[in-house]
Amino acid sequence: MNALLADYLPLAIFIGVALVIGLALLIAPFLVAYRSPDAEKLSAYECGFNAFDDARMKFDVRFYLVAILFIIFDLEVAFLFPWAVAFRDVGDLGFWSMMLFLGVLTIGFVYEWKKGALEWD
Amino acid sequence: MLQEAWTSWLWPLLLMVLQSALVLVLLLVFIAFYLLADRKIWAAVQLRRGPNVVGPFGLFQSFADLLKFVLKEPVIPSGANKGVFLLAPLVTAVLALAAWAVIPFQEGWVIADINVGVLYIFAISSLGVYGIIMGGWSSNSKYPFLGALRSAAQMVSYEVSLGFVIISVLLIVGSLNLSDIVRAQDTPYGALGWYWLPLFPMFVIFFISALAETNRPPFDLPEAESELVAGFAVEYSSTPYLLFMLGEYVAIMGMCSLTAILFMGGWLSPIPFAPFTWVPGVIWFLLKVSLVFFMIAMVKAFVPRYRYDQLMRLGWKVFLPISLAMVVITAAVLHFTGWGA
Amino acid sequence: MTLASAFFYLFAGIAVASAFMVIAAKNPVHSVLYLILAFFNAAGLFLLLGAEFLAMILVVVYVGAVAVLFLFVVMMLDVDFAELREGFLQYLPIGGLVGIIVLVELVLVVGSWAVAPSAPQAIAERTPTDITNAEALGRVLYTDYLLFFQLSGLILLVAMIGAIVLTLRHKEGVKRQNIAAQVARTKAAGLSLHDVKPGQGL
Repeated sequence: MNALLADYLPLAIFIGVALVIGLALLIAPFLVAYRSPDAEKLSAYECGFNAFDDARMKFDVRFYLVAILFIIFDLEVAFLFPWAVAFRDVGDLGFWSMMLFLGVLTIGFVYEWKKGALEWD
Repeated sequence: MLQEAWTSWLWPLLLMVLQSALVLVLLLVFIAFYLLADRKIWAAVQLRRGPNVVGPFGLFQSFADLLKFVLKEPVIPSGANKGVFLLAPLVTAVLALAAWAVIPFQEGWVIADINVGVLYIFAISSLGVYGIIMGGWSSNSKYPFLGALRSAAQMVSYEVSLGFVIISVLLIVGSLNLSDIVRAQDTPYGALGWYWLPLFPMFVIFFISALAETNRPPFDLPEAESELVAGFAVEYSSTPYLLFMLGEYVAIMGMCSLTAILFMGGWLSPIPFAPFTWVPGVIWFLLKVSLVFFMIAMVKAFVPRYRYDQLMRLGWKVFLPISLAMVVITAAVLHFTGWGA
Repeated sequence: MTLASAFFYLFAGIAVASAFMVIAAKNPVHSVLYLILAFFNAAGLFLLLGAEFLAMILVVVYVGAVAVLFLFVVMMLDVDFAELREGFLQYLPIGGLVGIIVLVELVLVVGSWAVAPSAPQAIAERTPTDITNAEALGRVLYTDYLLFFQLSGLILLVAMIGAIVLTLRHKEGVKRQNIAAQVARTKAAGLSLHDVKPGQGL
């Protein structure tokens, strides 16, 4: 238990040092660089005219669909991790139960393929 | 009292900080030269010279670039959400750097030898999408917004096949620790005993998915300059922009070293007898990472950019079914033949 | 105070503070970002408990996948939040009533909480230290808890079908690339030679 935490202390310190380096780089130009802001420079980039409206807009529902499908497959991968690690200990039952699980999800995958959810237009 | 505190925890703590700082600084210096190598290779393929002014053969180009970035005016658009706008590049860079804490450079040369190393890297790489979404959204400008949207969907799509590839390696190894994965490839057959050979289709899928995951050409649609100017990074300048680019290159190197560890035996010597095994493992590791990076740089130089629908088709309709099938095949072979048991 | 307890208070404090900011932040995108921070600290708390596998899976699934969807939805929603906020006070009485009822129920449940007699024993018999989290989980999840595992697979299937049924809309008149047809095209199908006589055209 404590040995486990001892493995993670260097990790926390490493991330801390990385954060310090990143912050130093981020702040440096605000301290040393020449700054002269003006309205044109600070306006959003467009093709030579002022922005008509807010840049944040509704977009294709397809992006949501991709995100939802990703969650489902990501969970599937999450289930596979302990299985892969304990693969040699779980025997026939463990093997076939995972095959059944993957089979069920393959049915879902075939369904979405046939429905055209993977088409992009 | 002070003496005791010093020996019991202050000195080990200081040592850890110094180790981390050393690894990070060395990493950044190496990145500077890989960046130059990337540009030089790209130039050589196109019969140009590439950067050749700063230092001999342009060797110090990246350092000059760093200086230039720091001295540039940082512009924050007036319509932007300032906090998120500045947080986004920091998140990108720090996440990419954080992955290196668990990479073993040689037997025992690793900052944090955690049990779930592979899962940690998988988690970090799935977080990479945040920097880009946050940057694209907070800029409050149309090109960054579209770039961020595309990028998010793209990274998410290839994450799944990346996960399946990792699973197939784990099936053989049976451990989530990166050093264990390298040790499992230590056979008398040398380079022929590494996993690139039995899992060759997965090796190819991993390489291509790594390109898509890190937004490298030919999958650099988020910053497709011919249509989206520079994608999510349009509004960025100075070191915030530098941090995005740095994060991208650190992530690429991370993927290179993960490829070397999963499929090319990490620090192991390719020829498993005397004169070659005397070479320190870290040299072999560096050579392997450089080899993978060379392939990535060559891909950038001679493969045209994908169209977005082709990109999504490749991820969901080609890589996902193939890698899923390969997981099943690997498991079935291991289960029924009892290899490696 | 050991280092572990210092980290516990750090993670717990940030988790509670960011959870509060999730409901207090004016901008919904900031809310989601605070939610992500809360997830991270929860993962840190899991780590302190020694559940490293759960900690990583929490980050992979919740931060890497679920929160991306939240962010997508919240960022791109075209909602005027000032307008939403207008009716806030109007709903306060009924909202407050529901809140109080839930609070009372919670107090009742927590008040009648009894620790199972086998619990102290289960805590004492921790997972063996010679195998890792993931392996310990893998040894029981696919065999001893087979039914629950398969049920979760079915739930994922239902979620997949539900998402497609709810969101999939095909646009009319979209030209798609048919790769099989492109590859199968022969010279004979794509090319015809005509001998054009002068002054006649085709």
